[in-house]
Amino acid sequence: MNSKSVSEGKVSRWEGRLFYILCFLATLFGIGALATLLVYVFWDSIGWVDWQFITSSPSRFPAQAGIYPALMGSVFVIALVALFSLPLGVGAAIYLEEYAPRNTLTRIIEINIANLAGVPSIVYGLLGLAMFLTLFNLEDGTVFVGSLTLTLLILPIVIISAKEAIKSVPDSHKHAAYGVGATQWQMIRSVVLPEAAPGIMTGLILALARAIGETAPLIMIGAATSIYSAPRGIFDMFSGMPLQIFAWSDLPSPDFQHGVTPAGVVVLLSILLLMNSIAVFIRYRFQRGE
Amino acid sequence: MEHQKDSKESFLKERASSNKGLLAKYVFFFCAILSIVITGAIIFVLLSDAIVFFSHISPIAFFTGTQWNPLIKPEHYGVLPLITGTLTITLGAAIIAVPTGVLTAIFLSEYASDGFRSIVKPALEILAGIPTIVYGYFALVYLTPLLSGVLPTIRTFNALSGSIVVGIMIIPMVSSITEDAMNAVPNSLREGGYALGATKFKVSTTIVVPAALSGIISSFILAISRAIGETMAVTIAAGKYPRMVNLLKPDEAFLKPVETMTAAMVEIGMSDVSGQTIAYKSLFAIGLTLFGITFLMNLISNFIKSRYREEYE
Repeated sequence: MNSKSVSEGKVSRWEGRLFYILCFLATLFGIGALATLLVYVFWDSIGWVDWQFITSSPSRFPAQAGIYPALMGSVFVIALVALFSLPLGVGAAIYLEEYAPRNTLTRIIEINIANLAGVPSIVYGLLGLAMFLTLFNLEDGTVFVGSLTLTLLILPIVIISAKEAIKSVPDSHKHAAYGVGATQWQMIRSVVLPEAAPGIMTGLILALARAIGETAPLIMIGAATSIYSAPRGIFDMFSGMPLQIFAWSDLPSPDFQHGVTPAGVVVLLSILLLMNSIAVFIRYRFQRGE
Repeated sequence: MEHQKDSKESFLKERASSNKGLLAKYVFFFCAILSIVITGAIIFVLLSDAIVFFSHISPIAFFTGTQWNPLIKPEHYGVLPLITGTLTITLGAAIIAVPTGVLTAIFLSEYASDGFRSIVKPALEILAGIPTIVYGYFALVYLTPLLSGVLPTIRTFNALSGSIVVGIMIIPMVSSITEDAMNAVPNSLREGGYALGATKFKVSTTIVVPAALSGIISSFILAISRAIGETMAVTIAAGKYPRMVNLLKPDEAFLKPVETMTAAMVEIGMSDVSGQTIAYKSLFAIGLTLFGITFLMNLISNFIKSRYREEYE
């Protein structure tokens, strides 16, 4: 009896040890995959990411190929997406947090926003194709249509993060505003929005980072996968960095597969890193202010 | 008299500003209702073009056909090859992401120190933030050649490397939602287990996991729905070869190219088909199928998640 329970104790100790190692290895798997991906891509891009690459147009000669038009295309589109999605997203968040009555319609809107955030991005591409190109008869592949499509795509994410930011404004501050005689709109304008602004901006930047990496919806609205001149206005044709990477990854030559394409990936990841750093910086400043 | 004028003025000002407030409220209401309009628009455009498609190709032929070939004559519009292609990728991704994600969540919530967690969690978030095109490129150019060292019969385009990278990109989704669910399990339940002499392993697997089960399941559904809708990684890595995949023969299924629903949409989107052809309309029939599946899964996942919230909070 006694020896049985001792051996049981041993087994359960081993069991526990084994389980711990298993969980630890699983955690390392994700981290290891990330490290492997980054090491391979950065290693191959060495010698390819230079000033010439950032300022040149794509070319069929690997040594002359560059990402400039696609980089500018992405910058144009993201600027416009920010312009469209900020007022719409913040407006919806203000309504849901400050005005909305607790009724069925509000609940439907909230469930719907959560569901929209999970719709595959290519479906938004179809929406853009059928609505903006076929129905509204806009020209395909322009910065304008690309921006509208990506705005629809990230709007649910912007709304959800703006709602979180607005929710985190303490009630006591709101009551203080009412106490000095502010109307609801004055209170929102002078208390809620300024206090929620850093959180709103952080959420917006992260959503824009998601938009800048999107490829499929832009293919559906006819954006070019490779283009030789940067867009000058919002009704010009454009290509984006992910589209250009897609075009390059299709080319079998080793100089493209292990040189130009990873260089494009490194430029894209660097811009994502920059955007995330800005978001983290804003969040950090905000937390210190509290 | 003077006083009355003052109060009248301030009353008018107050009314003006409350009018402004009313206007603001309506503008904000419009922004919020826009999300319903977007959903309506998605359903409308998918349905209206899909209906035209189904007036040429019967739904029975579409959903039971075993040949997909929309761009070269004679055209065939059977969606089963695409559905089995998507299933293959999704199954492979789930086999990788589900156990890895849950074990990662158990480690982070039950075992890891605060310092370790504060490094690993942001790193996993990065994994979710990398554009899917980068995963596709990684799978095609690095992963497949690596795999061909172990599996010599693997093709340049294959379902295996596609499902591995999709699996990797959905790990953070499983692990973060699962970890949240485990953190919501009250400590008193764990302490009850310890008081009965249970080890940490027993407490984790027989108390925490069952108590967090609804959150864990909702994370699976959400992650699998994400894998079904994943586009660029599988378009680049798994190829554009629509075929009926037999999952009972894993080597046949995973080492050869497949075409998913999403990859087929990209292929048609990049071709120069015009707006009135059946091939163009077929985009919306696939899109509707894809939207229907993922929307239903997201709804179920949110429903399960909202139920578990009520349990402990």
